[in-house]
Amino acid sequence: MTRPILIRGGRVIDPARRTDGIADVYLAEGRIASVGLNITGEDGCEVIDAKGKVVTPGLIDLHVHLREPGFEDLETVATGAMAAAAGGFTAVCAMPNTDPPLDNQGAIGFVISQAQKAGKARVYPIGTISVGQKGEKLSEFGELLGAGAIAVSDDGKPVMSSHLMRTALEYAKTFGCPVADHCEEITLAEGGAMHEGIVATRLGLKGIPAAAEEIHVARDIILSELTGGHIHLCHMSTRGSAELIRRAKDKGLRVTAEVTPHHFTLTHAACEGYNTNAKMNPPLREEADVEALREALKDGTIDVIATDHAPHHYDAKEREFDDAPNGILGLETAFGLAVTELVRPGIIALPDLLYRMSTRPAQVFGLPGGTLAVGGPADVAVLDPEAEWTVEPSRFFSKSRNTPFGGRRLLGRADLTIVRGRIVYDRAGD
Amino acid sequence: MGAAALGKDLIGLETLSPQQLRLILDTAERFKEVSERPIKKVPALRGKTIVNLFFEASTRTRISFEFAEKRLSADTVNVASSGSSVSKGETLVDTARNLEAMRIDMVVIRHQASGSAEFLGRRIRSNVVNAGDGKHEHPTQGLLDLLTLRDRFGKIEGLKVAICGDVLHSRVARSNIWGLKKLGAEVAVCGPASLLPRDIAALGVEVIPRIDEAIRWADALNVLRLQLERMTGGFIPSLREYNRVFGVTRERLDRAGKDIVIMHPGPMNRGVEIDSDVADGPHSVILPQVTNGVAVRMAVLYLLAGGNPDWQQHGGGE
Repeated sequence: MTRPILIRGGRVIDPARRTDGIADVYLAEGRIASVGLNITGEDGCEVIDAKGKVVTPGLIDLHVHLREPGFEDLETVATGAMAAAAGGFTAVCAMPNTDPPLDNQGAIGFVISQAQKAGKARVYPIGTISVGQKGEKLSEFGELLGAGAIAVSDDGKPVMSSHLMRTALEYAKTFGCPVADHCEEITLAEGGAMHEGIVATRLGLKGIPAAAEEIHVARDIILSELTGGHIHLCHMSTRGSAELIRRAKDKGLRVTAEVTPHHFTLTHAACEGYNTNAKMNPPLREEADVEALREALKDGTIDVIATDHAPHHYDAKEREFDDAPNGILGLETAFGLAVTELVRPGIIALPDLLYRMSTRPAQVFGLPGGTLAVGGPADVAVLDPEAEWTVEPSRFFSKSRNTPFGGRRLLGRADLTIVRGRIVYDRAGD
Repeated sequence: MGAAALGKDLIGLETLSPQQLRLILDTAERFKEVSERPIKKVPALRGKTIVNLFFEASTRTRISFEFAEKRLSADTVNVASSGSSVSKGETLVDTARNLEAMRIDMVVIRHQASGSAEFLGRRIRSNVVNAGDGKHEHPTQGLLDLLTLRDRFGKIEGLKVAICGDVLHSRVARSNIWGLKKLGAEVAVCGPASLLPRDIAALGVEVIPRIDEAIRWADALNVLRLQLERMTGGFIPSLREYNRVFGVTRERLDRAGKDIVIMHPGPMNRGVEIDSDVADGPHSVILPQVTNGVAVRMAVLYLLAGGNPDWQQHGGGE
C-alpha cells in the first residue's frame, strides 16, 4: 500500500461542492480521507507543502487519441497517460480510432491493461459506435461496456447515417451510455483542409464551411430529442453550433458538448504560411466563433473542455498542407491555455474552469473523481495558476511534438498529480 | 537592388510591392528583344543551374520557363512527375533536401498542393520560383498578364479588368487580383457563385454575377480556363450550359459593341469558356501573352539570381 499523503496549506477548490479556501487534504488508501484545517496525518505520511498552490480534483479529459494499438510510433497508452499526468489530468478517455479500432472486448481490455501497466493517469477506453468505424453496423455496446468502455464514439469520422445514429442513441439507453459524435457533414467538408473563409481563399486551400458542422449538430440534437438518448457533441468549433446547443439545452434535451483549448484560443489566421500545426478537424474558425465558444463555456452551453489530444509524427506534419494530418497535442498545454485565455482575461473564474475540466467531465461520462468529497478517489492535482512558463515541445512527455503553441508564454501549470493516492507526476522531479 | 530586389523566392504576387512589380515588368521589357534576335541567347545566367520540378502536367509554362532559362544561358534539368511526390514515396521535403545536396542555384516548381512552393522555399537555400501551386498563385502568369495589358493600354492604373470563370480553383485569378490591385487597376470577378471563393470581395474585388455585365464594365477580360479536371465536384450543370450562360462569345462582344481586350491563360476549352472566333479574333491578345511569358520569366530568373535591374545598359551588349 502506498504511503498516505498530506497536502498542506493549499487553496483547496472543490468545484463539485463549490468550496474554495485554504485547507489541508489528506489522502489514504487511495481515497480522500479528510479535508479540513490543521490535519495531522499519521506518522510517516508524505507531506506536501501546497502553500500558494491550488489543490483540486484531478483534471479529466473526455477526448484524447492515444494511438495504441496500431500507431505506437506516435503515442502509446503509457506515454499518453504520462503526458496527461504532467498536464494535471488524472483521467483521460481514449478514442477508439486505433488500428484495429476499439470495437471488441479484446481491444478494450488491451487498452485498460496497458494503462494499468503504465500506472499514470487513468485511461478509460471509448468503444466504437459501428463495427470497424465503418458507419454500417452497430458495435456490441453491451460487450464493450462490460469490458470497461465508458462511452461509444466513431470519432475521427462522423456517423453519417441518421438511421445508425438513431439506433445507437436508442440502444445506448439500455446501458445509460453516452454516444459521442464527431460532427461533420462529409459531402460539404470533403477535401477541405481548413475553415472556409478569407484565409482559405487567399491561400488557395479548400475550405470546410461552418455549416458542415452545424448541419450535423442539428441532426444529432433532433435525434436526441427523438430517442431521448444522450448525445455528446465532440470538439465544437462554431458560433452556430453553440446556438443550436443552447436551444437544445433550453428544451431540456440530453445534449452535452465539449470544446478544445485550440478552438477557444486560435483562429484560421494560424494557418497563414501553411502552418500544418494549425491544421485540424474541425478547423480553426473565425474570431466571432472563438468569442461565441468562450461565451458558451461561460454560460454552460458547452459543458467541458476536452483536448482532442492528437499526436502525429513530426515528419507527417512536415509536408504540403493538403497532405498533412489533422490534429495537435493537447494534454500538456490545456490547463495553461485555459488559464491564460479564459481565467486571466476574466472570462471564467478559476473554480468555474476547474468545474469544466474536472467535475463536469466526470458527470458527463459518469466517471469517478471530479470531487474532493471524503471517500472519493484520491485523484488530485496540485496546480500553480500563477506559474508563467514557455511551451517547449521538446520537453513534452508525449511521443509527438505537433503543437502550434511552441514558444508561447502561458500562465498556469500542474505541479503535482496524484492518481489513486499515488504521485504520478511531480514537477520538482521533472 | 540586385539580390535584394525581389528577395530569395518568387512565391506569389501577394507579397510583392508595386515597385517590385514594376521592376519585373521593366526588366521583362528589356528582355523581350533577346527573343527577337537571330541568336536568342545572353550570358546573364551562365554557370547557374536550374531544376524545373514539375509535379503536375504542364506544357506551356514548362516550355516557357525552359526557353527563358536557355536564353539566359543557364544549365537546366527537367524533372517531371505525373503523380505526386507522395505517390512516388518521397516527400517534398526529401526531394528538396536532395536538390539542395546537388548544389543547384534555382528551382522552378509546379505542384498540385497550395503552399508547396513556399514550403520548398523555406527549406532550401536555392531560389525558388513558383510555377503554379495548387489553387494559390501562379505569379509569372500574373506578371505576363500585367505586361500584356501594359503593352496594350500603356498603363495598368485605372484599367477595369474582369476575371471570368472558375475563380474558385484558379491560381491565375489570385495572382491577377494581387498584381492588378497593386498597380492600381479596378478588378472584378465574374462567374457562377458556385465557382467563386468565399469572401472573395474582401480581397477588394467587385463581384459581377453575369458575363454580359462584366463585358459592359471591363476594358479587358481575363477568361479563365474551366478546369475540367476539377469539375468532378459538380459545380456547374454542364459544359453546354456553362457556355450558354458564361461563355465569352462573339454575339456577346458584338452586343456590347465596344473595344475590349480578351486574355486567356490557356490551355483553352474552345466552345466552353471562350468561343473560337473570340479566341482567334481581333480582341484577343492570347498569343502576345505567350510571347510575353518568356520575357517575364527571364526577368524573374535574372532578378532572383541577383542580376542588375539595369541589365541592358550594363550587360546587354555581351
